[in-house]
Amino acid sequence: MNLFDWSFAWHILPDLLRASLNTLTITLLGFAIAVAAGLLLAIGRRSRHLWLSWPVAGLIEFIRSTPLLIQVYFLFYVFPNYGLNLTAMQAGILGIALHYACYTAEVYRAGLDAVPRGQWEAVTALNMAPLTAYRDIILPQALRPILPALGNYLVAMLKDTPVLSAITVVEIMQQAKNIGSESFRYLEPITMVGLFFLILSLGLAWFVRRLEGRLELAPR
Amino acid sequence: MPQPIVRFTDVTKRYGNLTVLNNLNLDVEAGEKVAIIGPSGSGKSTLLRALMTLEDIDEGIITVDDEPLTHMPARDGRLVRANARHQRKVRGKIGMVFQSFNLFPHMSALQNVMEAPVQVLGLDRKEARERACELLDMVGLGEKHDHYPSQLSGGQQQRVAIARALAMRPKVMLFDEVTSALDPELCGEVLSVIRRLGAEHSLTMLMVTHQMGFAREFADRICFFHQGRIHEQGTPAELFGNPREDRTRCFLSAVNEAQ
Repeated sequence: MNLFDWSFAWHILPDLLRASLNTLTITLLGFAIAVAAGLLLAIGRRSRHLWLSWPVAGLIEFIRSTPLLIQVYFLFYVFPNYGLNLTAMQAGILGIALHYACYTAEVYRAGLDAVPRGQWEAVTALNMAPLTAYRDIILPQALRPILPALGNYLVAMLKDTPVLSAITVVEIMQQAKNIGSESFRYLEPITMVGLFFLILSLGLAWFVRRLEGRLELAPR
Repeated sequence: MPQPIVRFTDVTKRYGNLTVLNNLNLDVEAGEKVAIIGPSGSGKSTLLRALMTLEDIDEGIITVDDEPLTHMPARDGRLVRANARHQRKVRGKIGMVFQSFNLFPHMSALQNVMEAPVQVLGLDRKEARERACELLDMVGLGEKHDHYPSQLSGGQQQRVAIARALAMRPKVMLFDEVTSALDPELCGEVLSVIRRLGAEHSLTMLMVTHQMGFAREFADRICFFHQGRIHEQGTPAELFGNPREDRTRCFLSAVNEAQ
């Protein structure tokens, strides 16, 4: 009875793969938003203007100090009372993206802080506008050392997507639970989901490592 | 009488309780080469850094080419603290070379020199490349265009940094202890570039230096800094040959002993 039933596994594979598309969409779209928003948050937090840096710092600490589950609950179940109506998928992507934006913001901050002060001074002496300075000089140097940390968050985010099943997003884990509750067989679907996450996590980690190699700053 | 190109009027800069620049007054004529010497902590570098807007000053005013740098006229004509945009406009006339080179490590020598002319002055890449090549040739690095800072010696890096600053065609160049981070045998190549610059261009130069021999031979005027102000100044012959102040004599003999 408890042996792995290959034909059942084969039978449920299409359903799981379909649901895995949601997992992938959430991860990739969410991470794209997270790295962009995280950068803006990091720059905001470093601002010399207190009216900007304080609220941003507060937001980052608030989001980092509360569980993702509660945040997505608010987005999906509470905010509609105030007129913000999002689909489960939209709320899920937004929630997980914001959550991870705050973590990546702290990573960016470490990267930006590690750029020597002399680089900022050179940028000032050459009269560069802040945008140019960030884009051409500061970010390329800040990004390289934090790529591994950003990669970690990509994988962590992938593994956090099942949280969104709480707001009715049918990602791969929810699909596996649905299959289990209908067939009373959990071994196959849960094993397959575990393998899915394992393979994808290893794949993403490999991709990030390759990226690191390609973004080597300068010959040594 | 022409207006000085750089003017410090009653400039004071403090770090907490420490006064680094103390009611400093200094006029620099266009084309003049001023060497600033003095004990460490006397405010020499702060003077250059304030002129480059790397430090805010607490009191006084700095003008460049008749335009206030640290201040700008408000609507009612009064001078108020300059905003970032005004500072950017005025400091475009100033270039600076740093003790620690501060080249961009992810760019080749050529890219280092081209970057600001393209991004800030809006030169097209071809023109910027020509200007950069010319300057790299001038500093004797015609063969090293594609080398990255990590592949260059300290002296070579500093010469790229000089070319990079010159590419912006500044009217005033600031040299902040540009040989202090170099091995003695590499100082010469950097100093000879500066010497040539002085001979071939009418650039105004302010340099903070510990190279007394170079200051004596190169500068039109020497300013001896002590406790945040100019304690004594004069031509190299006056200041080195016949210093009036005890403090100056004391400093010069200490330096002589060390060298």
